[in-house]
Amino acid sequence: MKKTQLLTWAFLSAYTCFVVSSFIMGFEPGERTAKSLLLFLREMLIILPPAFILIGLFEVWVPKTLIERHLGQGSGLAVYLWAFLLAGTTVGGLYVSFPVASALQSKGARLGFIFAYVGFSGFCRIPMTLFEISFLGSEFTLVRYLVGVPLTLFVSDRLGWFLESRGYQLRHPEHD
Amino acid sequence: MDTVLVVVITAIALTTSAVIDPQKTILALRRALKRFGSLLPSFLTMLAFVSLVLALVPQAAIVYYLGQGRLVEASGIAAVLGSLSLMPGFVAFPLAGILAQNGVAKMVVAAFTTTLMMVGVLTYPIEKQYFGAKVTIVRNLLSLAVAMLVSVAIGVYFGEIGL
Repeated sequence: MKKTQLLTWAFLSAYTCFVVSSFIMGFEPGERTAKSLLLFLREMLIILPPAFILIGLFEVWVPKTLIERHLGQGSGLAVYLWAFLLAGTTVGGLYVSFPVASALQSKGARLGFIFAYVGFSGFCRIPMTLFEISFLGSEFTLVRYLVGVPLTLFVSDRLGWFLESRGYQLRHPEHD
Repeated sequence: MDTVLVVVITAIALTTSAVIDPQKTILALRRALKRFGSLLPSFLTMLAFVSLVLALVPQAAIVYYLGQGRLVEASGIAAVLGSLSLMPGFVAFPLAGILAQNGVAKMVVAAFTTTLMMVGVLTYPIEKQYFGAKVTIVRNLLSLAVAMLVSVAIGVYFGEIGL
């Protein structure tokens, strides 16, 4: 863990040096890099704090028994509907879905649900779908959903089933 | 627009929580801060990578390579590009629209957008912290397979390839 952390900081320092010196020497691609970083950073800094606060509130308020009953081992196929709905309204994408998934699993949600949720938050977030329809047309979106949703469900269900039979557990990096 | 909604919902939830139980709310905020802090370096690294790639690879080059050659090869390149990139929807779909208008086949566009959304090479360092290296790789390979099947389906639907 130490070594990757060192690498991360080394990369970030090198990156900062590159961007700063690009501005000093007027290196255009470097300046563009910084501009797109700021664009993304702005989006993330608006999305991430609320997302993490909501996760925190979820952790302290929602009882484990509730999640276990509805999204846990005994629950039926309806969990996948929940995964679909929850993912559809997840803002930001994959990177937000991981901490959410981790919080849900520590409350007892089963793995099939976790993988379906993560898969769907890449696949069918509502705002993203609206963008897609306006730029690529609704037929494109419809075919993508009709083929992709069942496939994602199948893959998540099987992967969850397989890993559960092996006693696999998600990690919780913030507890390390 | 949806980000505004999330901020508003969070503010309402936080206020409600604080009124009902300040102690629990403080606990929630401390957990949020801890999670956020432990992931921040990974997020920053990911953003730095993305900004480098987006700035250094010109859009014209992407259109050129994806519009050329056989559909299967172009789709393969598109899938690699999509897997390796990460961009918000407001950048990705206008770009996809430009590709489609410049004569890039729908199947190729689909290979790009679906891998972009589902396969995360750049989010690997973050995902690994939750799922572990092995499961992260397997999950992403499965997502890649799903994305490729979707793009084939799009190709068939729009009559770009026959079965």
